[in-house]
Amino acid sequence: MYRYDQYDQQMVDTRVAEFRDQTRRRLDGHLSEDQFRPLRLMNGLYLQLHAYMLRVAVPYGTLSSAQMRMLGDIADKYDRGYGHFTTRQNIQYNWIKLEDAPDILADLASVEMHAIQTSGNCIRNISSDQYAGAAADELVDPRPYAELLRQWSSFHPEFLALPRKFKIAVIASETDRAAMLLHDIGIRIVRNDAGEIGAAFYVGGGMGRTPMIAPLIRDFVPLDQLITYAEACLRVYNRHGRRDNKYKARIKILVHEMGKAEYTRQVEAEFAHLLSQDIEPPLAELARIKAQFADPAYETGLADEIDLANPAFARWVASNTHAHKAPGYAIAVVSLKPVGGIPGDASADQIRLMADLARDYSFDELRVTHAQNIVYPHVRKADLFALWQKLNAAGLATANLDQIGDIIACPGLDYCSLANARSIPVAQKISERFAANGKAEDIGELKLKISGCINACGHHHAGHIGILGVDRKGTENYQLLLGGSEGADCSLGTITGPGFGEDGIVDAVEKATDVYLARRESGERFLDTYRRIGMQPFKEAIYAKESVDG
Amino acid sequence: MAEVQFRFRDDEPVADPAVTVDSFAAQSNAAAVRLEPGDDAALLIPHLERLRLVEVAFPVWTDGRGYSSARTLREAGYTGELRAVGDVLIDQLGQMRRCGFDSFAPEHELDADDAAASFARWDNVYQATGDGRKPIWALRHPA
Repeated sequence: MYRYDQYDQQMVDTRVAEFRDQTRRRLDGHLSEDQFRPLRLMNGLYLQLHAYMLRVAVPYGTLSSAQMRMLGDIADKYDRGYGHFTTRQNIQYNWIKLEDAPDILADLASVEMHAIQTSGNCIRNISSDQYAGAAADELVDPRPYAELLRQWSSFHPEFLALPRKFKIAVIASETDRAAMLLHDIGIRIVRNDAGEIGAAFYVGGGMGRTPMIAPLIRDFVPLDQLITYAEACLRVYNRHGRRDNKYKARIKILVHEMGKAEYTRQVEAEFAHLLSQDIEPPLAELARIKAQFADPAYETGLADEIDLANPAFARWVASNTHAHKAPGYAIAVVSLKPVGGIPGDASADQIRLMADLARDYSFDELRVTHAQNIVYPHVRKADLFALWQKLNAAGLATANLDQIGDIIACPGLDYCSLANARSIPVAQKISERFAANGKAEDIGELKLKISGCINACGHHHAGHIGILGVDRKGTENYQLLLGGSEGADCSLGTITGPGFGEDGIVDAVEKATDVYLARRESGERFLDTYRRIGMQPFKEAIYAKESVDG
Repeated sequence: MAEVQFRFRDDEPVADPAVTVDSFAAQSNAAAVRLEPGDDAALLIPHLERLRLVEVAFPVWTDGRGYSSARTLREAGYTGELRAVGDVLIDQLGQMRRCGFDSFAPEHELDADDAAASFARWDNVYQATGDGRKPIWALRHPA
């Protein structure tokens, strides 16, 4: 994986010094809270309902075991002994003191980490496929391109006061595991007819209040023009993105209102101009980065058989492992969604244990997924049982990946100052309901996503089943959506009808899954059945009057 | 009218008041113009020869359109004074310099020591922005 050189290290060290100075000026009153707010946001520090929240960047979701261990230590030292992995493949701490923040950033810098641009109206941490470099179906490892973009976007002086936040995802396979089409810029690394590698640019996707799927604006950008093209996309947005209304300020609104054709025309004109400005790093820089993402030293001659005599282990292998490109290896996923737990939360001890297991079983590497789970990208199949036993002993072997219990949920009203409703208790009740009724495994793949307000941090638009918490006359109310998908078959969910209370929404979800179980055809996932039979049968079941009490 | 507090040029400052983009187009002899955030800097490109001062207004520092205006002018070859005016704060000085600004007229006078620290903060930079600084990738791969 990528290691900092002297320059990268100096950049994060300088940032720590800068933020220490800014914090000093805030604490001694030279900076007003209004002036300080955007500066702390640029370093991932939010003021939430109860305390400061610090969001730490995990570029493209990749961590070494030393980095993961530090995340556990920070949870103990500065927070309440746990951290929360997010849908941006990052980690957040919810109980931070402002005066500690510079020290936390210094601790992070000591393991080549930072919180740069994890919030604020700037280019955010760049996300990628959590199976990058390991998946059997990828064209190339997308992370070197993400790293090139990380460096370009870090402290980019022209783009630090954008109309709104800006999220980029990079993938390199047909299967989209990073919700690429729901980003401000989604990049797919592709091969053209001439056999050359390049980048397809999709611009103007997003969730939030106005969900949109990003249209393709260019099908092939040569690799030695990648940064230049991204810069053109950003400049047109910075010039013309709306600033009169923060809810209409994302690039998706610009592309929609200006029209894809006109936006593309302006980007191409800017791109043609910028090509003369020599802003593109040489391909040698991409080669330098790529070398650091070389495959680990896989053993050869390994067997592919796994002893599945233990039924609990067999269930975990069936749901929580994924095909690896190297014979004898598997990708293993730790679900941070125990029954009745808080999605994405892990204790400091669990974080350190996951770090140790990465060192022992996965070439020292872990990934954070946008579904708030942790990945061991390179595990020998022969080691899976030992890994599972150790995870199981720490409560980390829940076998529910991509099932109904593997819920994405935002922090909701329990933590977030923007939320209208709680997300976590609903997630807990649903996972408990489906653990009790035993249907989860039979239902199979069902991506359920919960947001506590229309900002959609819980990706409810993209859930096979989505839940949106709203405030209805002072009480929490939950709307149900069906038919969303974040994948290559990207679609946005449709609201079923009137919302429900906290218990009613759990019943409604179960009724929807019962319709699926009754109507599915061979091999169909919940989403496939919904797409085939449409909303009506689900609606009828969900809103049917109970015969007992009329 | 805010005073120029920092200037990184040796030539004599232009005494003329800066005019709006509309008046500039009408006045064939104006040498100083003021760009509001919504103005298109590219409209000035045909007139760079006679321009000696461009003021770029930052009514609120969170409106970053002026950064793109500055780069558009520098990329087109403008070498005259490029002045950031308005809500210009300590923590934006460095990035403004990187986009081509070479004079600064903050609404409220800035602490001189904090400003000096801000200008000098970054020994190296990741991007090429036309300000003459070698980006880190160029240091890693000397031509």
